[in-house]
Amino acid sequence: MSLSSVEWGAKPRKALGAPGLGKLVVDLPLLLTLIAVTAFGLVVLYSAAGEDLGRVARQGVRAALGFAAFFVMAQIQPRYFRIWSPWLYCVVLGLLLAVAVEGEISQGAQRWLDIGIVRFQPSELMKLAAPMMVAWFLHDRTLPPSLPQLVVVVLIVLVPAVLIARQPDLGTALLVVAAGGLVVLLSGITVRLILASIGVALAFAPVLWIAMHDYQRARVLTFLNPESDPLGAGYNIIQSKIAIGSGHLFGKGWLNGTQAHLEFLPERSTDFIFAVMAEEFGLFGVVLLLILYLVLVGRGLYIAIQAQDTYTRLLAGSLSLTFFVYVFVNAGMVSGILPVVGVPLPLVSAGGTSMVTLMGCFGILAAIHGHRKLLPA
Amino acid sequence: MPKRSPTLKDHWREQRLFLSRVAASAVVVLLLTAVLVGRLVQLQVFDYQRFSELSQDNRLRIEPLPPTRGLIYDRNGVVIAENLPTWQLVAIPEQIADLDAVLRDLAALGLVDEGEHQTLVDLIRSHRGFERVKLRNLTEAEAARFAVRRHRFPGIDIQEGLVRYYPFGPASAHAVGYVGSISQSDLERIDRRNYAGTSHIGKTGIERTYEDVLHGEVGYRQQVVNARGRVLLDPAEEEGAVAGLETKWPVPGRNVVLSLDMRLQLATYEALLGSRGAAVAIDPRNGDVLALVSVPAFDPNRLAAGLSRSDFAALQADNDRPLFNRALAGRYPPGSTIKPFLGFAALHYEKRTEHDRTYCPGFFRLPGNTHRYRDWRPQGHGSLDLRDAIVQSCDVYFYQLAVDLGIERMAGTLLSFGFGPPTGIDINGEIGGVVPSPEWKRAQPQFKRPEDKVWFPGETVIAGIGQGYMLVTPLQLAHATATLAARGARFRPRLMIGTEDTFEGRFTYVEPEPLPSVEMDDADWEIVNDAMIGVTRDPRGSARTPLAGTDYVVAGKTGTAQVFTVAQEAKYNEEEIDERLRDHGLFIAYAPAESPEIAVAVVVENGGGGSRAAAPVARKILDAYFAARGTGVVEDYVALQR
Repeated sequence: MSLSSVEWGAKPRKALGAPGLGKLVVDLPLLLTLIAVTAFGLVVLYSAAGEDLGRVARQGVRAALGFAAFFVMAQIQPRYFRIWSPWLYCVVLGLLLAVAVEGEISQGAQRWLDIGIVRFQPSELMKLAAPMMVAWFLHDRTLPPSLPQLVVVVLIVLVPAVLIARQPDLGTALLVVAAGGLVVLLSGITVRLILASIGVALAFAPVLWIAMHDYQRARVLTFLNPESDPLGAGYNIIQSKIAIGSGHLFGKGWLNGTQAHLEFLPERSTDFIFAVMAEEFGLFGVVLLLILYLVLVGRGLYIAIQAQDTYTRLLAGSLSLTFFVYVFVNAGMVSGILPVVGVPLPLVSAGGTSMVTLMGCFGILAAIHGHRKLLPA
Repeated sequence: MPKRSPTLKDHWREQRLFLSRVAASAVVVLLLTAVLVGRLVQLQVFDYQRFSELSQDNRLRIEPLPPTRGLIYDRNGVVIAENLPTWQLVAIPEQIADLDAVLRDLAALGLVDEGEHQTLVDLIRSHRGFERVKLRNLTEAEAARFAVRRHRFPGIDIQEGLVRYYPFGPASAHAVGYVGSISQSDLERIDRRNYAGTSHIGKTGIERTYEDVLHGEVGYRQQVVNARGRVLLDPAEEEGAVAGLETKWPVPGRNVVLSLDMRLQLATYEALLGSRGAAVAIDPRNGDVLALVSVPAFDPNRLAAGLSRSDFAALQADNDRPLFNRALAGRYPPGSTIKPFLGFAALHYEKRTEHDRTYCPGFFRLPGNTHRYRDWRPQGHGSLDLRDAIVQSCDVYFYQLAVDLGIERMAGTLLSFGFGPPTGIDINGEIGGVVPSPEWKRAQPQFKRPEDKVWFPGETVIAGIGQGYMLVTPLQLAHATATLAARGARFRPRLMIGTEDTFEGRFTYVEPEPLPSVEMDDADWEIVNDAMIGVTRDPRGSARTPLAGTDYVVAGKTGTAQVFTVAQEAKYNEEEIDERLRDHGLFIAYAPAESPEIAVAVVVENGGGGSRAAAPVARKILDAYFAARGTGVVEDYVALQR
């Protein structure tokens, strides 16, 4: 959340009832793991970006901005998140509409909004705003939610998702749906409802297929049979599998990945950076990264369990699980078990909005944990 | 905790529910992670071998390293064919915006041929964007013309390359041959792998016959390429060897040393220049071809550099047929040059002695036939013996002799001297001549009716003066003359006498190949030899004028081959008939007559008589030989070998 910080940064601190009153809230397990992942990411990016220090430095600046967002968010009383939720949701929805009307077209898709100083993707912010809004909507209602309430939730999620999908950015749209959906899931809807919604989703699949752009359809088809078009749509995934597979247990060594350095691997500094990592650091390297990610997810879920009200509980749980979804979708796509959707590897792929948003999310998690009221022992 | 709680909420139940959902989610997260790790293990452990190979295939490209073609030397170490750095016009497709326009502009500058437009477009399009496509070789002037306009041609460049260069140009063309672009038919007869990276191949002559020796062995180096095939790492450009990249250096072709003496070759070429014809000089002692010239010739350098299609078509359509190797494939009636061989046959078969005389009234008539076989001297030669008949080239003597010998014996003797089938010289393109006989005539498809297949006595008569069906090539004539000079010892004519290692310069001499010799009594040889000396020395010798005043003794024989048959009562009048129907002039000779070192055969097409057209050429060749005699170096080579 870039709108957040300055004017409100000071206020919540007075109301703290948490341990370490007046102290800076820093969730050390989260922070250390985030530093580890980001540092690893920068190292890989240096290689993936063709040893271009400039690009690494730019990503370093984005990471620094991300950590700033983390620290700022961590200082905010969680109830403010709840209070701001509808406003943030409305603002981001407005921004999405603005993008739809006059966004900047980059790489054929209309995703960017130029607000003078920075260019950013409102759709990234929606990944946070949507679950916040759903959690806000559900926080003071009896859980599990009733069917009419669920209809409202579906609307809250689907309206921005459709806008994002039309940009077109199917990956982010699905992630927004996932983030909102996870809130509902955590809110305790019955298993029967879960199954029913899966059924509805499947029923809508043909509709989605018709609504998809040709390139999106091609991606799905290619996923089903990448060898059908080895030089066209299947090229990316074939080269990515070669990169991963040739990495073996310990990889070819940093800067020695031939697939990445000889440009066989497409999008190697963004969506396919996982393959660079797998090629240069091997199974060992990627499993290490997955462990770091699991630590973040685990810490997030722990924070959710420890959270003291419905809103923070749902938000923390949803943010943690959504984070895992990012990881799984990206790694799954790069290793060829999921279709190619434009989802970056969180905290590692080059890109600013995603980095800052994710760090902000972890800041929220830290805040949820750090600002708990301890029950008297 | 939330401050407001308007509805009744069962917080404990909610929390339990939430906890169970989180627990379920955590299980799903772990399961999905396990799926991911499983996938990674599958790719990185079980399929590692396959993907590793695929990644190697991706990054490595084999770049062929063509060998440097061996040089061709004459017997004295004079370079006849070498590789010169040259300028090549190249196109880099990815840098050309409008290919058609660029080619048109180049054509306007005369740097490419307008007619090649589509060929060049196809050539350039068939390459990848960053590859340098060789368009053609440029002369220095063309390179300079392009250089000053280079800025107008983005994507067109000039680069250095090697081109085959023949310093003597047309003078050596028919002996040495030339190299040209590898054609479809060439591809069928070569090991394509060994020609990877090579653009040219021997087309004719030595260049073709000794292609295997000259070409060498291709090498290769592995290069690292990126996804678009652009070379990123080339061991040749790095310091030392690059780890993991193999390089096998090419083995350059061997140098070929020819028996030719370029001094003689040049003299021969200059002597023949301006006419159509051929001359071959052979060392009778070993079959070494000292000079082999066919004129008009072509400039092999133009062919090696690449002729445009229209220029090549023009060369092929030339009425004088410059591409045709007359020395090897030109078939001419031998005319009177055959007389010494038949004279030898007469002695050998004892049909004549040295002193037997025949009266020449100026014509010959077969018994019971009115047809007159005319002598070239209408008034006749009177009474003459074999020596006189050869010296004056009397036809009547040989008409009679032919009848007495019979066609079978004549044919047998001529075949034993190497007439008829090809001599088997070590360059290709040779064809044989014709030694007619009744047997030969029966086998000829052009005589269809049985009565046409019959051998007529008149055909024997004219065979006696080398007319009729008999045909010889200049090479055969030179070979037979050398055989005569060597008193019957025969060697297969050859142009290559050895090869030379390119690195160490070690010369490997190839022994001459003896052929079945002609049995010849010294006495018989002396008679024929004496008669042939008379041809150049006697006051009545038919070649006394052109060979007057030599300080070496030449044994020779003139010949005149009729192209146009003169009617029975008409007279041959050179002025009245078309130049192309004039007689061919022939001359054979060897010298020094007492101990022959060089045998020569000269044919000048439509040059008139042998004495006037061919003998002066032979004189120049012999003069050149004796001027250079003993100053060559191959004699040293041979001496060293033994």
